[in-house]
Amino acid sequence: MDKPSKQTVRIGFYICHCGSNIAAMVDCPAVARFVGTLPHVVLSRDYKYMCSDPGQELIQKDISEHQLNRVVVASCSPLLHEHTFRGAVEAGGLNPFFFHMVNIREHDSWVHTDPAEATAKAKELAHAAIMRVAMHKALEVKKVPVHPDVLVVGGGIAGIHAALTLANAGKKVFLVEREPSIGGHMAQFDKTFPTLDCAACILTPKMSAVGTHPNITLLSYSEVTKLDGYVGNYTATVKRKPRYISEDKCTGCQECIANCVYKEPKFPDEFNEGLGKRKPVYIPFPQATPQVVVIDPQTCLNFRNGELTGKCKKSCVAACGDKEAIDFSQTETFQELKVGTVIVTTGFQAFDAKRMPQYGYGKFPNVYTALEIERLVNTSGPTAGHVVLRDGKTEPRSIGIIHCVGSRDKKTNRWCSRVCCMFSLKLAHLLKEHTGAEVYNFYIDMRAPGKGYEEFYDKLLEEGVHFIRGRVGEVTDWARTPDEEGKLVIRVEDTLAGYVRRIPFDMVVLATGLEPHADAQDVRRMLNMSCGSEGFFLERHPKLAPVSTFTEGIFLAGCCQGPRDIPDTVAQAGAAAAEALALIDKGFIEQEPNTAFILEDECCGCKSCIPLCPYTAITFDAANKKAVINEALCKGCGTCVAACPSGTIVQNLFDDEEIFSEIEGVLAHE
Amino acid sequence: MKIERTIKYEADRVKGFGDEVSSVPGCEKLQACIQCGTCSGVCPLSIYMDYSPRQVMAMVRSDFKNEVLTSHTVWLCASCYQCTVDCPREIRITDIMYELKQRALQEGIYPKKFSIPVLAKEFYKMVYRYGRVSENLLAMTMFLKSSPLEALKMWRLGLGLILRGRFPLTLEKIKRRDELGRMMKVVDQVKINKLHDELKQARQHVAARSQA
Amino acid sequence: MTTKYSYFPGCSLKGIGRAYEESLLPVLRALDVELEELEDWNCCGATAYMAIDEVKACVLASRNLAMAEKLGHKELVAPCSACYLVLNKTKHYLQDSPAVRGVIEKALAEVNMTYSGNTPVRHPLDVMIHSIGLDAIKQRVKRPLTGLKVAPYYGCQIVRPYSTFDDQYNPTTMDRLLEAIGCTIVHFPLKTRCCGASLTGTLPEPGLLCARDILAEAITRGADLIATVCPLCQFNLDGYHDKIAKKWGPHRIPTVYFTQLMGLAFGLGERELGLHRGFVPMQPLPAPVPVGVGV
Ligand SMILES: Cc1cc2nc3c(=O)[nH]c(=O)nc-3n(C[C@H](O)[C@H](O)[C@H](O)COP(=O)(O)OP(=O)(O)OC[C@H]3O[C@@H](n4cnc5c(N)ncnc54)[C@H](O)[C@@H]3O)c2cc1C
Ligand code: SF4
Ligand code: SF4
Repeated sequence: MDKPSKQTVRIGFYICHCGSNIAAMVDCPAVARFVGTLPHVVLSRDYKYMCSDPGQELIQKDISEHQLNRVVVASCSPLLHEHTFRGAVEAGGLNPFFFHMVNIREHDSWVHTDPAEATAKAKELAHAAIMRVAMHKALEVKKVPVHPDVLVVGGGIAGIHAALTLANAGKKVFLVEREPSIGGHMAQFDKTFPTLDCAACILTPKMSAVGTHPNITLLSYSEVTKLDGYVGNYTATVKRKPRYISEDKCTGCQECIANCVYKEPKFPDEFNEGLGKRKPVYIPFPQATPQVVVIDPQTCLNFRNGELTGKCKKSCVAACGDKEAIDFSQTETFQELKVGTVIVTTGFQAFDAKRMPQYGYGKFPNVYTALEIERLVNTSGPTAGHVVLRDGKTEPRSIGIIHCVGSRDKKTNRWCSRVCCMFSLKLAHLLKEHTGAEVYNFYIDMRAPGKGYEEFYDKLLEEGVHFIRGRVGEVTDWARTPDEEGKLVIRVEDTLAGYVRRIPFDMVVLATGLEPHADAQDVRRMLNMSCGSEGFFLERHPKLAPVSTFTEGIFLAGCCQGPRDIPDTVAQAGAAAAEALALIDKGFIEQEPNTAFILEDECCGCKSCIPLCPYTAITFDAANKKAVINEALCKGCGTCVAACPSGTIVQNLFDDEEIFSEIEGVLAHE
Repeated sequence: MKIERTIKYEADRVKGFGDEVSSVPGCEKLQACIQCGTCSGVCPLSIYMDYSPRQVMAMVRSDFKNEVLTSHTVWLCASCYQCTVDCPREIRITDIMYELKQRALQEGIYPKKFSIPVLAKEFYKMVYRYGRVSENLLAMTMFLKSSPLEALKMWRLGLGLILRGRFPLTLEKIKRRDELGRMMKVVDQVKINKLHDELKQARQHVAARSQA
Repeated sequence: MTTKYSYFPGCSLKGIGRAYEESLLPVLRALDVELEELEDWNCCGATAYMAIDEVKACVLASRNLAMAEKLGHKELVAPCSACYLVLNKTKHYLQDSPAVRGVIEKALAEVNMTYSGNTPVRHPLDVMIHSIGLDAIKQRVKRPLTGLKVAPYYGCQIVRPYSTFDDQYNPTTMDRLLEAIGCTIVHFPLKTRCCGASLTGTLPEPGLLCARDILAEAITRGADLIATVCPLCQFNLDGYHDKIAKKWGPHRIPTVYFTQLMGLAFGLGERELGLHRGFVPMQPLPAPVPVGVGV
């Protein structure tokens, strides 16, 4: 389509009331009347909801009836509806880029309080848009193919479910997990609320499905270190940490573990939250996937300070025999993966209870975190499910569970961690079942909003677990009365009974909250995502795009986006997989044409633009001595356009004519 | 057994009291209280209080001014700041207690025979007059004013202090006493001006209403 | 070389808390630190005053701050916890509340004073640990207090609400200091619990109970004595033993200033350090020191 000469420009203008969102602050009819007087404006209307079907049809009808060749809509943010209106303009027979949108809601009616001034501002913005749209040129949307393989980062229940969904749909998946085994936090649990079904029973089949699925490549003990490219065409660099075991050769027989020179396990075992011990060569837990052992260079005698010395007699190697799976020569390696989409499922970390010294974690041995109790009540845990205090023999007769440790607290983490009330109920039930002890829950508010959750709370009340509504002030070993001697005393206001109370306990459990991983910011930067103020990864829209990010082709699921329970995590993982599938099966993505390009003849080859581009989209063509912009990588940020000393970089939708006209439009009003 | 009605009617509220208190610098976050009871749980004096600090927060917020200002809680607060440090909503409970003490004194509606308000007032007078506090004289004045009998019972402590040279019999004074007086006057003037402003606003408000 | 600080003693250090000043000054002198007392200082505006009028309390405090700034030493030392808190609180208000700052500035201008907010207010404990340092202190020790079991009691107002130099929940500066002069520190869960001093005179039962709990716990933990950093705490824990005994039985354990212990370790005499001013006398120091201590 040719650019119409100025004489032939025919603009249609529409201002939207957005119910009362805009109309309450901006006098829409007045703006429409004003715009109607501007040059080239053929028609100017105000309408209640432009984004509705009738609104869009109105545009289409006007285009043909009034021979419009430009359209401006003044309404909400282009983030929401630019796409809608471009579609309407296209359906009316025009190039969709002969359209411009003015944001008079977020930029005007929502942020101002004086109707007269807000109306004046709307007029200015509309005038600018009218001036600019007259200069618009027809542009074309490019299609880029989407690589069908998917990268899933993090092998908790979210990552596992997303990977399996995609693999079952026939897509190839790379699942990268940083620990020696997948499973995440769920693998540590004994039972899951509210149904109390055994966590291992429901998780293990999914874990082994991941391990054996022909479409899934599991890269455990690995981390993504770099992600290049753009939606549909990403290149991920994955660091594979040496486990000193060849994954192909290890059969999981664990002979090496039995024959390690350490006869007894000696080192704190991470999987058991340090409550149990492991050897330098170990497998994190019986159902670990992959079923491959790992050697920890920090504790193995064949190393010193992590450096190989060869000083151990290596009885493990002998035990392994002709399987020859043990390989002390392994080093860190890097592997490149080509994928089209990425799903991030890196989960959460538990709040560090030491940050609330008033609860005595780390000071009093019998103060525990919830995750420690998960291991302690677990039949495959360090005490085989026998609940004893840290002395290894005493059964607790009284147990206090403190909710909201590191949640709902402006001094630590402000948010509600959503699952702590429920896992506290679960642990109360299990602890009572295992020990017969008197169990108290101390809560601020009982949050049980999931399916079957309130019923679970009821059940606990009937079981005789005590509930005290009050946030615990302190846990102390200061005995005020003889029956407090040798106990941990909780001081709390029983807010419902109206008394301040001191209650002695043998064991105190801290329901520590969920927070972003310490390295969440690094991961965010590497994957080019955003974080909310709490540090969880940010979804594109809290309601309408909850598993998308601001980077195309990168999706989120599970607790890395915010605290949630397993059902929600799995639902989200399924949603993220569906979003990825939608892209893959469409086969291509459409690229916004607002990219920059170089007028080749005029480029002086000074290279100033090259280091400035945040997306490394510009390269230097040495033969021609000219810079070249890769359209697929360009995000249209305009940095190079502004920097080019010879003014030879032009950006679609933002050329000089367009921008200067827009400015003139704004300034026309003073 | 004496049975009394404990129900509260709207008329028992002094509307606006909560807003007024939470508009004072330092007391702003009062409205954010989630009634978790941490303040009461950590308060060393809560064991003696008629209303726990948490309840006081709720009562202030709901405008139960008379009940709050006559409660013992406000006067039992020893200003140890433990609640302020531990409140998950960063409410400066200690400062709110100070604010309530001030209001109770201003309005004279503290519990009778309570010696703390007397102490506070005597302290104030002594500083105003001499610039410094002679603690022992202060204690004596206080006991004599609130309960002479108590004062008699304190003779042993007083004697002990004298014997140990901890009871200076001279009055502590600063030299430039006038300076303090002038500084306090400035503060009073600021407050008077503020009152005038409020009065003016109230008058305008009334005028506007009667016109309408 | 001698370091100089401005010094705000506060009313108590001239009266019931004399022994604090009597031990603080020579101990600091031994460590080459000189305190220059503010000329014509006035009451800090402490707790009781806050209850009458917070703004006026801040104005009172600001006069002292202004004089300290004028005196020219970089920092002001305030040994009484209540003064320490009020002076710091005033500094915070000056920073955070333009309304309060306005009034304070006006009041200061009335008497031709100004305060820019630059003079830090420090507690002697802070100065000893962070400016003088444990090494220098250890060097001065002539008679280590080996074997003396001490319950370190910090009280409330130096760690709360502004924890400027130590941990709010588990302060350790005094623990480290007393260890450096040979004492054994007992585990003391009530380190920062309120002693009730602001109540004892007026509402005896609650105030005394606070004190009793602290004394009882120190005894339970096997301490020989309690060390304090505040004249009000010292008086409250030391002055009411007969009343406490009447209500709850005897709880005799001495309460002394940490500076008195330092003085003893530095070889100063008990009388010089004001140790005779306590109600519950400190027991003679255990061997190897032969001389009897206490009144
Ligand atoms: C004590 C406790 C008890 C609970 N009990 C229940 C219950 O009974 N029922 C229930 O529904 N919910 C329960 N929950 C909540 C449940 O744990 C979460 O909903 C669930 O674990 C979320 O799964 P996820 O995959 O998002 O995260 P995670 O389980 O945290 O998994 C994340 C995975 O990603 C890996 N990873 C992290 N960073 C990287 C990286 N940079 N690169 C590669 N891999 C990485 C981690 O190693 C981990 O394997 C409980 C939570 C707690 C704390
Ligand atoms: S090298 Fe030695 S210490 Fe290390 S795993 Fe093998 S036997 Fe154990
Ligand atoms: S601690 Fe804070 S939030 Fe909790 S009840 Fe007290 S004032 Fe309210």
